[in-house]
Amino acid sequence: MALLEIRNLSVEFQTSQGPFRAVDGVDMTLDRGEILGVVGESGSGKSVSVLALMGLLPWTATVTADRMAFDGLDLPRIDAAQRRRLTGKDMAMIFQEPMTSLNPCFTVGFQIMETLRTHMGGSRRDHRRRAIELLEQVGISAPESRLGAFPHQLSGGMSQRVMIAMAISCGPRLLIADEPTTALDVTIQAQILDLLLALQREHGMALVLITHDMGVVAETAQRVSVMYAGQQVEEREVDRLFDRPRHPYAGALLDALPERSVGHRRLPTIPGVVPGAGDRPRGCLFAPRCRFADDRCADAPPPLEADGDGRVRCYYPLGDTPPGDRRGAAA
Amino acid sequence: MFRFILTRLGLLIPTFIGVTLLAFLFIHLIPGDPIEVLAGERGLPPERHAALLRQLGLDRPMWEQYGLFFLNILRGDLGHSLVTREPVLGEFLTLFPATIELSLCALAFALVIGLPVGIMAAIKRGTVLDHTVMGVTLTGYSMPIFWWGLLLIIFFSGFLQWTPVSGRISFLYFVEPRTGFMLIDSLLSGQEGAFRSAVSHLILPAVVLGTIPLAVIARQTRSAMLEVLGEDYVRTAKAKGLHPRRVIGLHALRNALIPVVTVIGLQTGVLLAGAILTETIFSWPGVGKWLVDSIFRRDYPSVQGGLLLIATVVMIVNLIVDLLYGLINPRIRHAR
Amino acid sequence: MAAESQAERRLPRAPRAESAAKPPHPLRELWYYFAENKGAVVGLGVLLGLIAVAILAPVIEPHPPHEQYRDALLVPPAWEDGGSWRFVLGTDVIGRDMLARLIHGARFSLAIGFLVIVLSATAGIGLGLVAAFFPKWADAGIMRLMDVVLAIPSLLLALVVVAILGPGLFNAMFAVAVVYMPHFVRLTRAAAITELSKDYVTASRVAGAGLPRLMVITVLPNCMAPLIVQATLGFSSAVLDMAALGFLGMGAQPPTPEWGTMLADAREFILRAWWVVTFPGVAILVTVLAINLMGDGPRDALDPKLKRS
Repeated sequence: MALLEIRNLSVEFQTSQGPFRAVDGVDMTLDRGEILGVVGESGSGKSVSVLALMGLLPWTATVTADRMAFDGLDLPRIDAAQRRRLTGKDMAMIFQEPMTSLNPCFTVGFQIMETLRTHMGGSRRDHRRRAIELLEQVGISAPESRLGAFPHQLSGGMSQRVMIAMAISCGPRLLIADEPTTALDVTIQAQILDLLLALQREHGMALVLITHDMGVVAETAQRVSVMYAGQQVEEREVDRLFDRPRHPYAGALLDALPERSVGHRRLPTIPGVVPGAGDRPRGCLFAPRCRFADDRCADAPPPLEADGDGRVRCYYPLGDTPPGDRRGAAA
Repeated sequence: MFRFILTRLGLLIPTFIGVTLLAFLFIHLIPGDPIEVLAGERGLPPERHAALLRQLGLDRPMWEQYGLFFLNILRGDLGHSLVTREPVLGEFLTLFPATIELSLCALAFALVIGLPVGIMAAIKRGTVLDHTVMGVTLTGYSMPIFWWGLLLIIFFSGFLQWTPVSGRISFLYFVEPRTGFMLIDSLLSGQEGAFRSAVSHLILPAVVLGTIPLAVIARQTRSAMLEVLGEDYVRTAKAKGLHPRRVIGLHALRNALIPVVTVIGLQTGVLLAGAILTETIFSWPGVGKWLVDSIFRRDYPSVQGGLLLIATVVMIVNLIVDLLYGLINPRIRHAR
Repeated sequence: MAAESQAERRLPRAPRAESAAKPPHPLRELWYYFAENKGAVVGLGVLLGLIAVAILAPVIEPHPPHEQYRDALLVPPAWEDGGSWRFVLGTDVIGRDMLARLIHGARFSLAIGFLVIVLSATAGIGLGLVAAFFPKWADAGIMRLMDVVLAIPSLLLALVVVAILGPGLFNAMFAVAVVYMPHFVRLTRAAAITELSKDYVTASRVAGAGLPRLMVITVLPNCMAPLIVQATLGFSSAVLDMAALGFLGMGAQPPTPEWGTMLADAREFILRAWWVVTFPGVAILVTVLAINLMGDGPRDALDPKLKRS
């Protein structure tokens, strides 16, 4: 049985301009210890999907799903208290902005120990010891002295380490990292990612890593799910995706990587913008920006279909031609 | 934190000096002869005039007069009331506890109701409760408090006959003024029913005085809570699986209270200004009523002294609130 | 491949998004947000009604406000026992019609509030701009002076000023204007300092704008948002404070039909003749409430944080 099973997840927000579908029919399956990368631009719905899973969306959001199960537990059906027992303990999450994600009024030690006190038994002394252990694990030096530090006294990298310590404190089976390094210095980014991977290996956690950076995905994930405008457009193993992307958007994302455009004079870009609330196309959401789209694409949205080693949402998935040859291939 | 305290104290001193200057100039700004003003008599015979001139030091240059005035203040000598001939400072200190008692009760009323109401309105944003709270508080600070007091007297004292109209305690009781706080003194006096009488005399004025602070505190709390509830760390708290009561009552509230403390401090000035009106309506023997009476009686030394003392009290309270703010805001308390 | 180039040839037009509306004119946008707040619209309506009443006072008064009807002292309102429709809201202790006095009182309260705020704002904005533009020698002095004024509770200061100048309507107005000035000074100074660091000011300076022009035409309009909010708040507070001074006998003097002054006379009758006490207060409440409701509107409109996404 898979650790995480999500089928047909949709999230709709009530806005002043009417209902807005931020997430549309997303599937996600994760086994124990697996690393899934979720890639997409801002506004692709990648954060909203996991927030829906964790139950952290505001009341203006309506979450619907055919199935949303964690370790066999049907999440929409369990009551709030049960849900809270899972959250922070078996399912944990870290966020994009570590500097504002920690409560400025309480010390680091207090905030870590609070998680321990809520979900684990034990004395205060045990918790304190464990908190020091955790800070050490995430690479913070002189952990005892850090327990009494306030968040505004920490740097971005350190704050994120503290967040990670809090998240893994109760031994979660699933850790969701929503763009954990986007707000950090480039030099720190690699460190934090390495840390996450090391912890994942050590504790055998399943990891969902959300990012807009394909490079990060290449180095960390085993499988990757590409999202666009609230929909999943492709999903397969990382190696396969990088080797042969099937959805034009995924292909375009890869083409846009500087490493791949050696020899070209200009970096390829994707023309156009992600559709917003007011201008959603009737057919395929990517059609307006797609080089290969035709009337069929504009008329009806393509379904997400399995294609051998993954899934893709496209009427004309990119052929088996390797990426380098596709461009300029005339009839 | 230390630097914070020093800066605040540093700002206080020039302001205090400025207020003393204002109080000093007050006498000289009143139209007419300052000697007659200070002596309280008109048409003085020339020798008396000259004698008073020397005695009051008004023949010295202005800056020297001010210096003398300032030194006297530091010594606690704020002149004598023209009406009672008693030292102004003494009169003030006798009457001040009554005002403090009234103001504290009003503030307590405002906090006990205002804080929870503001929090609830924020949590249930957009609901009927929220709109009701906003509507009621808006009415609350749109009301002239002297009229509100009169209205409550008509209803509770006149119509229902539940509360008395004026004074601090029924004249049936003689209570020894040991602390100056009627609630405490009436308990200490041991007389049957004295405390109850004191409370019933205090209720209406406290409610009237506390109405505007209540409205402001409720609104500010709501506003601060709304802002805090949208912050990232509240989301983190929920992601840790904490109970909603803890998320709101601890993580959110602790942060929301920080700006609210400042607001409470600002209400001191409002309370003292309102006390002037409230004491007048309820014949509450505090410094507000004393001040108004002094103005009517042209008891200028009392007005001067009252101005200085009340302003000083406000400044000190603001300082305390500022320091309190520095204490509860961890960014200031534990500055890098 | 053939299929690919065929696909390329059949590249469709991107589905045309509804052309995004041009950003609306600032005044229209202001009205949009203002009108969303129904309370603000109601407030505006009531205020306009009051202004109309004030302007038309001599026309719509049922009786002259100073006329004393010796045969009709302390007559209750028309719907009570002993009342009559001759005096809809009753009469006061010397036989003057309440409704007429209230109608004329509107003139006083609205005009007073408006004048006080204009006076206070003009002086305050002026000082604030001076403080911002001359940080070296004017700023410290002006701000310390404002600190002193702010250290004294508003009503107390107003009373002291009136004590110096003597009771009376204009003296009271001056006193209240003095009390509110520091708020405008502070706001203007803070806003102006922020604007002064922006590039457009430097650009104007380089283009040769003189100091007065720089102050009033370049910088000031961009500081208006918080000032407008403060002015609306100040307007309602001015009405309240003037009424308070009137109530204490320091403001408009009897027989002026100012609402606060009317309440001063009425104190002795709170148990005997409730209408003499209630109606002037209701008038004050309605006026201030309307202004405050209206003030919430512009605040929502001008506060970017509250703008809908």
